[in-house]
Amino acid sequence: MSVIVFVENWDGKFKKLSFELISYARQIADKSGSRVIALSIGTVEDDELHKLGNYGADKILKVEDERLNSLINKAYASVITQAAEKESSDTVLFSHNATGKALAPRVAVRLKAGAVTGVTEIPSSLDPFEVKKKVFTNKAFANVRVRSVKNVLTLFQNSVEIKETENNAEIEAFDAEIRDQDFKTRVLEVNKITGKVLLTDAEIVVSGGRGMKGPEKWQPLEDLAAELGAAIACSRPVSDEGWRPHEEHVGQTGKIIAPNLYFALGISGAIQHLGGVSSSKYIVAVNTDKDAPIFEAADYGIVGDVHKILPELTGEIKKMKDA
Amino acid sequence: MKILVCISNVPDTTTKIRFTDDDTRFDTASVQWIINPWDELALTRALELKEGSGGSIEKVTVVNVGPKESEPTIRKALAIGADDAVRIDAEPLDAHVVAGELAGHIRNNPYDIVLCGIDSSDYNGSLVGGMLAELLDLPSVSSVSKLNIENDEITINREIDGGSEILSTETPFVAIVQKGIALEPRIPSMRGIMMARKKPLNVVEAAGAEPLTEFVRFELPPPKAACKMVDEENIRELVALLHNEAKVL
Repeated sequence: MSVIVFVENWDGKFKKLSFELISYARQIADKSGSRVIALSIGTVEDDELHKLGNYGADKILKVEDERLNSLINKAYASVITQAAEKESSDTVLFSHNATGKALAPRVAVRLKAGAVTGVTEIPSSLDPFEVKKKVFTNKAFANVRVRSVKNVLTLFQNSVEIKETENNAEIEAFDAEIRDQDFKTRVLEVNKITGKVLLTDAEIVVSGGRGMKGPEKWQPLEDLAAELGAAIACSRPVSDEGWRPHEEHVGQTGKIIAPNLYFALGISGAIQHLGGVSSSKYIVAVNTDKDAPIFEAADYGIVGDVHKILPELTGEIKKMKDA
Repeated sequence: MKILVCISNVPDTTTKIRFTDDDTRFDTASVQWIINPWDELALTRALELKEGSGGSIEKVTVVNVGPKESEPTIRKALAIGADDAVRIDAEPLDAHVVAGELAGHIRNNPYDIVLCGIDSSDYNGSLVGGMLAELLDLPSVSSVSKLNIENDEITINREIDGGSEILSTETPFVAIVQKGIALEPRIPSMRGIMMARKKPLNVVEAAGAEPLTEFVRFELPPPKAACKMVDEENIRELVALLHNEAKVL
């Protein structure tokens, strides 16, 4: 028996969410008395792979093949399924990010496993397998029972604590069968934006709404983000009107985020917006309307004009950091 | 070329979420039902592609797995512009049932492009598109933010962490789409609504796909503590609170 974790890498490096996954898998494995297997696809140095051992991986399988340098869903799903079968895994774990959402359903079908996505806690029971997940875009939770022997899970980011353990992990090259017919999609071009903090990684997110009053008025918000090392986001009207690119839209139909700190600046807080950000640990709201619904979701609030408050806020934060 | 758009019937996104029967069931009393927002964007893009294809895309079909109660939502998709619709008569108990029923239908009625929304706003599974592709042994591309067809060549933009990729794919394939695929969902016109009444909505018997998961109990998040208000003349206090109390700065 084992819990197998697919650990994605970004240019050969792991992220906080990779270690969250291993920590989560470790807790399930300890409950069931099984092993944690980490599966890495792509080129990652052994030093980096060994880090996974610090969080509880017993074994690290690595699959290196040029054809797998970009994500091709069918080929990846095939490799992950082969690894899960080889390791007799009952649970296959992914992150609830774009890659996890692309692969988990395919692997679940191949393994005839029940899939539960966006889980937020350690399973409350292993037999029957029962686990809590988010539903209705952060507005509720559901306890889901899996009827099949195996299960496939995606873990919601920032919902479990990372725990370090003793490291006895071994690395094993896994020679998976890779079939040419799985490559009917091809990546022709990769365009990466460099030098920006990614919304999905950010500990702090600074977000602007219609109260920013126009696309040319974003500089004070960008200054605050730069001071904090934060990612920039926006509300739906702002992206719909083309003030900001749609990649920055957070909310029900945009990105669902869970940073430690979220600044809602000139955002009234429509229910769809709150769905996308209410998993943030702390929310700060600035709005001219004291009755704006954002204040019901926020931890700290200021009634006032963002353009008056933003430069002062950035200045005060700088002062605090310099002190 | 034929395009199939899979649509989910979901509560309006402003719905106040409540549960009933000892928190074992979502309370549907006085709920307004809509096309799942991502599916609506997928349908919009499918119609744009058809209109720009000079006739090479002959038809856009919508399909829903659901009971009779989901028909008003399916009619809305027809009013927006789909040519015809299929309702597979089954309770969509979990993603495995939905994908299984869709796969059964598509095996007998092949399409060149199948579009699914990346998520449904009710149970947030993000599963149906990928499961469907796997059941049909088709390629899938997820996080699709652009889809273009020129001379039968498919080009896809896929959003990745901190950027995007351009992909090509053979048909048939499943595209799992997100924001960006269409700018705004199309709204039905009066003429569209009139025409929708005469468009075919074929009801198909379920193949009997079995669920692999079940919802045992629902719960609402604990109520949030009141917001601490800080005077706009006292920004320093906010920074101190974030530093000392919340410890996030």
